Amino acid sequence: MIYRENGQFKTTYAADQQIFTIAQDKWFVLGLIAFAFIGVPMLADEYMFRAILIPFLILSLAALGVNLLVGYCGQITLGAGAFMAIGAYAAYNFMIRVDGVPLVAALLLGGATTAALGIIFGIPSLRVRGLYLAVATLAAQFFCDWAFLRLGWFTNYSPSGSVSISNLSAFGWAIDSPVEKYLFCLLFLVAFAFFAKNLTRASIGRQWMAIRDMDVAAEVIGIRPMWAKLSAFAVSSFFIGVAGALWGFVHLGSWEPAAFSVDRSFQLLFMVIIGGLGSIMGSFFGAAFIVIMPIFLNQALPALGSLFGIAISTAGVAHAEFIIFGSLIVFFLIVEPHGLARLWAIAKEKLRLWPFPH
Amino acid sequence: MGFFVETLIGGLMAGMLYSLVALGFVLIFKASGVFNFAQGAMVLFAALAMARFSEWANIALGGDSLFLANLIAFLGAGVVMFIVAWIIERLVLRNLVNQEGATLLMATLGIAYVLEGVGQTIFGGQIYTIDVGMPKDPVIMFESLFEGGIMINKEDFIAALIAAVLVGVLTLFFQKTPTGRALRAVADDHQAAQSIGIPLNRTWVIVWCVAGIVALVAGIIWGSKLGVQFSLATVALRALPVVILGGLTSVPGAIIGGLIIGVGEKLSEVYLGPYVGGGIEIWFAYALALVFLLFRPQGLFGEKIINRV
Repeated sequence: MIYRENGQFKTTYAADQQIFTIAQDKWFVLGLIAFAFIGVPMLADEYMFRAILIPFLILSLAALGVNLLVGYCGQITLGAGAFMAIGAYAAYNFMIRVDGVPLVAALLLGGATTAALGIIFGIPSLRVRGLYLAVATLAAQFFCDWAFLRLGWFTNYSPSGSVSISNLSAFGWAIDSPVEKYLFCLLFLVAFAFFAKNLTRASIGRQWMAIRDMDVAAEVIGIRPMWAKLSAFAVSSFFIGVAGALWGFVHLGSWEPAAFSVDRSFQLLFMVIIGGLGSIMGSFFGAAFIVIMPIFLNQALPALGSLFGIAISTAGVAHAEFIIFGSLIVFFLIVEPHGLARLWAIAKEKLRLWPFPH
Repeated sequence: MGFFVETLIGGLMAGMLYSLVALGFVLIFKASGVFNFAQGAMVLFAALAMARFSEWANIALGGDSLFLANLIAFLGAGVVMFIVAWIIERLVLRNLVNQEGATLLMATLGIAYVLEGVGQTIFGGQIYTIDVGMPKDPVIMFESLFEGGIMINKEDFIAALIAAVLVGVLTLFFQKTPTGRALRAVADDHQAAQSIGIPLNRTWVIVWCVAGIVALVAGIIWGSKLGVQFSLATVALRALPVVILGGLTSVPGAIIGGLIIGVGEKLSEVYLGPYVGGGIEIWFAYALALVFLLFRPQGLFGEKIINRV
């Protein structure tokens, strides 16, 4: 009832191959982007930007990268946090070691470095698969944790082990207020989301999906597994690396390796699984869920406790968060194993027929 | 030479402890095809239960007999692990039959969060000690063979012995008892096992229960060595390379893998560590496992992976 796609005829191939073939979809997405650029900066306050919106944008970008690898190419990775760290530290080193390198270039170079290392860490995927691969990627995680902590060169021999970046500016635009940081991240996210969407529609994305669905069969019809898998690792690492660089530069400002620990890797994998494997939209849903849930619990639990006259200690709240977060994950997996993106698709399907489903 | 042997033996002992945790992974993976990331949380949960039960039992008994208090605590913690296994099967696994590996993996991560939260809510989040009367003093052996002899931690030695006994018992259980045979049948083929009348759900409870007991033993040994605290849950991450090295489906693999990783870690830390700044233990284990995987993708003793189209 909200909208129908009938009556929208395509008369050219170009029209048939658009990203959004239905006019309403296109206007909805354009409206959403416009709202994110214009509406949100007017409505949100500084806390919203710092605690929710900026982390959401950056982690969505990282989740997109993870989804390209796990959801589209079927290679489970538990090393996403390490790739974020590589992106952040590589961009940092480009910033301080190369004179006059622009911010955007440093971020993209950070992503490129991550892509190169992603290919190296992706090599085991040619030989092992599934859970063995998942554990193998943990090697990347622990190696990076160690390297950025112990090898002084990466942190420019900073005595405390943490590195910091200040006075961000791109193309003469000083990025210092939360709103500007938000808009900067948003620009990146929109550009990368369209890039990802187009990749998955193109030949390379189809190759990934063929490999995911059955790699032997894909090989038989002439897809090179090595090229497909390693390209998925490279592209996904590029996304994650840029996200990591943004996380360090824009969100944290100064950071140490603990910011990209194995917990971050698990978190990113949660995002794509709860959001929906193999769905661009799902990455956003998952990121929103994982970012907002702990903040919501943190606020809601003490309030709920005082409602019943129980004072919950800080440790108690932390433990309760663990329990609720864990149960929600299990609950979601049981109720909708295909993730929030599937729920979204079902809702859209229902709305098409509503209010006369028969 | 004496120092080398000492490091080697230290590595073997540490490896035995990794095997204990790895064993829990293998048991569950064999029987239900679930890669149980919650094993570390189970170790923490069991150790917390054991530590607190023994503390309470000791107070209730008036501090007379440490042995009796520990025995009561062990039985109590065993019952708790059984209940945990039952709840996990009932609420989670039963609803996730036939899902993909990644989904099940995530579900066990969710279980891990819940267990960590519940454990610390019930038993408290401080650092506790488990005192099962293990001797802490080192002994010097083989003084005639090497100059200065070899120092061995008695505690490590006993721990390794317990681990070995546990593995023996488990092997007997799997090979000789009807329940063990049922478990192996389920591991082999779910449908075939079901069709000859083996109840799947009960088997899963049993296997999670056995894994819970293994976690309890691992928790007691690790706990009495390092103290019971939150970081015990991360012991699973140290045991993961052991599992993939040995093969996800092989009990002997978990043991041999544990020994290889234990020795590799210790030797690399002592002989390689100083050149690169130390602390390489944890990633070296993974790198070692990876090298093995490149030659044998199914692990040392895992079942051969056959690709069918």
